[in-house]
Amino acid sequence: MRSLSALVCGAVFGAGLLVSGMTNPAKVLGFLDLAGRWDPTLAFVMGGALAVNAAAWAAMRRRKAPLFAPVFALPQANAIDGRLLAGSALFGVGWGLVGLCPGPALAGLLRGELPLYAFVAALVAGSWLAQLYTRRARG
Amino acid sequence: MIAEEFSPGLGLAGGALIGLAAAGLLLADGRIAGVSGILARSLGAARGDRLWRLAFLAGLPLGAAGTAALFGDLHGFAITPSPARLLAGGLLVGFGTWLGGGCTSGHGVCGLARGSRRSLAATLVFMATGFATVFALRHLWGGGS
Repeated sequence: MRSLSALVCGAVFGAGLLVSGMTNPAKVLGFLDLAGRWDPTLAFVMGGALAVNAAAWAAMRRRKAPLFAPVFALPQANAIDGRLLAGSALFGVGWGLVGLCPGPALAGLLRGELPLYAFVAALVAGSWLAQLYTRRARG
Repeated sequence: MIAEEFSPGLGLAGGALIGLAAAGLLLADGRIAGVSGILARSLGAARGDRLWRLAFLAGLPLGAAGTAALFGDLHGFAITPSPARLLAGGLLVGFGTWLGGGCTSGHGVCGLARGSRRSLAATLVFMATGFATVFALRHLWGGGS
């Protein structure tokens, strides 16, 4: 059940990315180009997503457990530290270089676009390098 | 100046679907719909923790392609950067999202919705460096695209 609901949620997420236009890197770059012909669509995507999702958080606080899992697995970290800020800064630079973040990159995988596969391969490699780096830094 | 591609209605509708998906994953499976984290932990995860991740990730292209098959490719697809820029961008997105503990979905959609100050800080930072990068590429160095 847990994996089936995850599959459905992933599919709805992918549908939302396509409907909103966020699967098109040129459109995302249009949002990030404040000084050019600006396309504010991404702000409306965030607004729509936040409005619906905030209601879910309110509902979650009234429940003891999710439907198909024993507990809510929520992030425990709450420090705003150098690692959070440096990582987010690097992510933003990569996002601006191409116009793709992880969700839209994966959502486009059935298009058969070679550049997209190259980007996703580099993304996985970058994540793996970061995991090596943080493991070494910790121990 | 506003671009003619600006599509607030479809943006809101698509955003609502994304919010609905994140809500579903939270209330059904008790998980945060953060794509970078789900991806990064999908391969190394223990058996019982792996299948739902792979299922969610598989849903992304299936949902996008299915929607395009039903309603058409609403906004098209154009990816213009050079291969070197693509690879550099991918590396930075992968490295940065692991280090920063989230991306546009985990920090941007889920974190902000639950009122996390940490996610607000992350979102402000990646938005700022995203804006700055595109400004530098398009308006300082005039490299086009």
